Amino acid sequence: MSAFEAAGLTRSYQLEGVTVDALRGVDLTIGDGEFAAIVGPSGSGKSTLMHLLGCLDRPTSGVLRVGGVDVSTLDDTQLAELRNRMIGFVFQSFHLLARTSALDNVALPLVYRGVAKADRRKRARAALEAVGLAHRLDHRPSQMSGGEQQRVAIARALVGDPQVVLADEPTGNLDTRNGEEVMGLLERLNADQGVAIVLVTHEAEVANRARRQIHVRDGLIERDVA
Amino acid sequence: MRTAEAFRMALEALRVNRLRSALTMLGVIIGVSAVVILVAIGTGAKDAIEDEISGLGSNIILVVPGQLNFQAAPTQSRLDLSDVNYVRRVVGDPSRVTVSVQSGENIRVGRNEAFVTVVGTDENIPNVFERPLKRGRYLTETDVDTRRRVAVLGSEVSQQLFGDLDPVGRQATIAGVRFRVVGVYEKVGATFGVARDRETHIPVTTAQRLLGVQRVNGIAIGASGPDVIDSLGQKVVDALTSRYPDEKFSAVTQTQLLGTIGTVLGMLTGVLAAIAGISLLVGGVGVSNIMLVSVRERTKEIGLRKALGARQRDVLGQFLIEAVLLTTIGGTIGIALGIGGSLLIEALSPVPASITLWSILLAFGVSAVVGVFFGVAPARRAGRLDPVVALRAE
Ligand SMILES: Nc1ncnc2c1ncn2[C@@H]1O[C@H](COP(=O)(O)OP(=O)(O)OP(=O)(O)O)[C@@H](O)[C@H]1O
Ligand SMILES: [Mg+2]
Repeated sequence: MSAFEAAGLTRSYQLEGVTVDALRGVDLTIGDGEFAAIVGPSGSGKSTLMHLLGCLDRPTSGVLRVGGVDVSTLDDTQLAELRNRMIGFVFQSFHLLARTSALDNVALPLVYRGVAKADRRKRARAALEAVGLAHRLDHRPSQMSGGEQQRVAIARALVGDPQVVLADEPTGNLDTRNGEEVMGLLERLNADQGVAIVLVTHEAEVANRARRQIHVRDGLIERDVA
Repeated sequence: MRTAEAFRMALEALRVNRLRSALTMLGVIIGVSAVVILVAIGTGAKDAIEDEISGLGSNIILVVPGQLNFQAAPTQSRLDLSDVNYVRRVVGDPSRVTVSVQSGENIRVGRNEAFVTVVGTDENIPNVFERPLKRGRYLTETDVDTRRRVAVLGSEVSQQLFGDLDPVGRQATIAGVRFRVVGVYEKVGATFGVARDRETHIPVTTAQRLLGVQRVNGIAIGASGPDVIDSLGQKVVDALTSRYPDEKFSAVTQTQLLGTIGTVLGMLTGVLAAIAGISLLVGGVGVSNIMLVSVRERTKEIGLRKALGARQRDVLGQFLIEAVLLTTIGGTIGIALGIGGSLLIEALSPVPASITLWSILLAFGVSAVVGVFFGVAPARRAGRLDPVVALRAE
């Protein structure tokens, strides 16, 4: 089964009477356990595609199946539950809750899954250990380096045992060494646990570590290199 | 998400923004404490006046000449002692009827002098009014019949003229005439500003001669039970009117007084509560405002929560609970301050305050409702935020 199957996916924005076609018909299949990079110039629609794949947004037209389910058949609540169970997100700017400990940040997806507190903490601790932050459980984002914050975000993405992790420029705000470390974590996650990884990047070096590169330009897939 | 979790989350959010939460609550705190204090004062005043009226005695009917109308000038009495006897026959039981002739006079004992209300009355005082004796005896029928110069003093008069001495058997000079003190009343307090402890009772016949009048100021009747008050009052008024067709007479009953005063004070309390309620409403608008600001400010947070699997109702619930916590915590503090303030007012001023459970429950209920009412719009807005829009917001 495929993690994602998209056919004729489009997404248009209406902006002050002008229609912006951010995606203009994307056909894409990403299998279980794949490691793919989406690359392309700025404004080509990479983030828009990620948001659609992550069920944060709905396509203007086209069909998208996530884990075999046509998302157009799901209402907002069901989409939220799908995100919670199937997908982990990593963002360029980390998106951690300020004034909240690393442990509680990581446990947040489990709150919405209705997991009891003790269990949540246990699993969040294990996830933080997996990203090498066992010594930072009670630190707040402001007390951690950018690399550490992004590792907390990765721990949060994997705490719920997702099928896919979607990462939009996960190394974009990090220096080479920290970026390297984050990529290493994602690679291990993919290799050891078979979690599919889809990441958006500008950096050729990062893209080349993926087994597949999907080139996007002007809202279309230009090249798909495996 | 579990409810307990939602509460924990909301409390956390309020804690993080301590100062803002406190300032937002302030409006609710002021509104609620105002409701509690103003209702306490209104109720206290009502209770105090009702106590005064019932302290007079039970089932009293006051028969006065003229129409009971606050705009009319007081009517000159044309009633005299023969009318009193007539009323006694109408009532049937003469001992339930007493009379009063009043005048402000000087009373002197040695060097001590006092200005008091001299009331000419009779032996039926204790049958009609609540007027316990501390020492000596009441006026008697013989005192009245033989126009004796005897007096029963109010507790304050006795204190002022005789200090701690027992005045019974001693002499006192009223308006230049010597009287013998035969009794002292127990302290009873004031009714409608009438200081009853500053009265001196003498036989009505003696008083009429002393003051040079034939008239009496009023007749008081003690009805045998609460249910006959109205009919008896009407019967007496009818009888007097048939005797003097050109005159008007009125019967004032305690129930009437209680009713009128109760209504007026109840209305007053209602108005006060409404004014306080408006300030509570203003507090609610403040809560709404702050919640809207908070939703805007935390747009990214909302987007993130949704990305991680928060459903619309999770986010709505979180913000609604925040709003309700703001107002109910504010409400609880307001109730505490209101109770404290009422007790303080009672302790430091002559204004009586009576804290009522209903005003506390109402204030708390209203603040919770205000929280829901004013929290729902911001919370819905938060719940409906599009996760992509929220995440892209910088
Ligand atoms: N909410 C929106 N309203 C209108 N236009 C939008 C909106 N979001 C994105 N767009 C437009 O859609 C196009 C694709 O945007 P998108 O963010 O997907 O690009 P991107 O490939 O992620 O770019 P970058 O590399 O700079 O992040 C752009 O032209 C952008 O201006
Ligand atoms: Mg982008």
